[in-house]
Amino acid sequence: MKVQVTVVPKSGVLDPQGKAIAGALTRLGFPGVGDVRAGKVFRVEVEANAAEEAKRLASQMAEKLLANPVIEEFETEVLG
Amino acid sequence: MSSGARPRVAVVLFPGSNCDHDAVHAVETAIGAEARLVWHAGTDLGSPDLVILPGGFSYGDYLRCGALARFSPVMGAVRDFAAKGGPVLGICNGFQVLCEAGLLPGALLLNSGQRFLCQDVFVRVESTRTPFTSSLQKGDVLRLPIAHGDGNWRAEPATWGEVVANDQVVFRYCDAAGERTPGANPNGSLDDVAGVCSRERNVVGLMPHPERASEEILGNADGARLLRSFAAALLGRTA
Repeated sequence: MKVQVTVVPKSGVLDPQGKAIAGALTRLGFPGVGDVRAGKVFRVEVEANAAEEAKRLASQMAEKLLANPVIEEFETEVLG
Repeated sequence: MSSGARPRVAVVLFPGSNCDHDAVHAVETAIGAEARLVWHAGTDLGSPDLVILPGGFSYGDYLRCGALARFSPVMGAVRDFAAKGGPVLGICNGFQVLCEAGLLPGALLLNSGQRFLCQDVFVRVESTRTPFTSSLQKGDVLRLPIAHGDGNWRAEPATWGEVVANDQVVFRYCDAAGERTPGANPNGSLDDVAGVCSRERNVVGLMPHPERASEEILGNADGARLLRSFAAALLGRTA
């Protein structure tokens, strides 16, 4: 199965990349661009019999390695 | 270490470290240390008096700076050494590795200006209660080089409260006069933090490179003061 882990800087944590991207989007004329968070997406193939198990594995990967809880938050999704 | 013996220093070499030989050279010249490189895949540090995690780009800075090096086999030995009170110094990427490993509080983000910075900065000694600053005075100003893209130290409010309460801020960025003026902080770190120590005070990490400023011939020997402080603390401990 394939799972997706999305990691972004926590709200409240300064995100210099997100800030620069927000500035660029505004300069390009997109109206009302607010806060932008620049993060990372990981698509991982895992051995799992059920979506629930795959999602649990994805969470464990995020907690242990893919995200740093001091500065980042994550979401997991099973892609099937 | 018996009086007169040479301090033994283990410098950990991760794939992508690039300040490892600088660290070896600095401890050899500044404090006459017997230094050896320890490859990250090993678990035997020898029986060092000091472990240095050097600067560089371990694992290419993939994922996050220090995030992959943290799981190198050698880190178990570093963790055990630190748990027994052994002095550990993390410089630049070494600091990032120690934060990722949870041996130091906080984390290091991209510089607020989004650029890699390679320049001299001034830092002020904020705590003398570490092996690397015990011979210095609080308020002493050191000129040290930095070379980093991710030096913007952060901590969650609860952690920050503990860091302050426990006197764990070891260095802060300042100007040449030792004042925390606007512009003195190169990377936007929280409260101008340049270096912190563990709660037990034996693990210290900082973004500037003392090993690159440890000889008069290089034009700056301020970094050697940290190493000499360590050597003096070691003598005091084993006397």
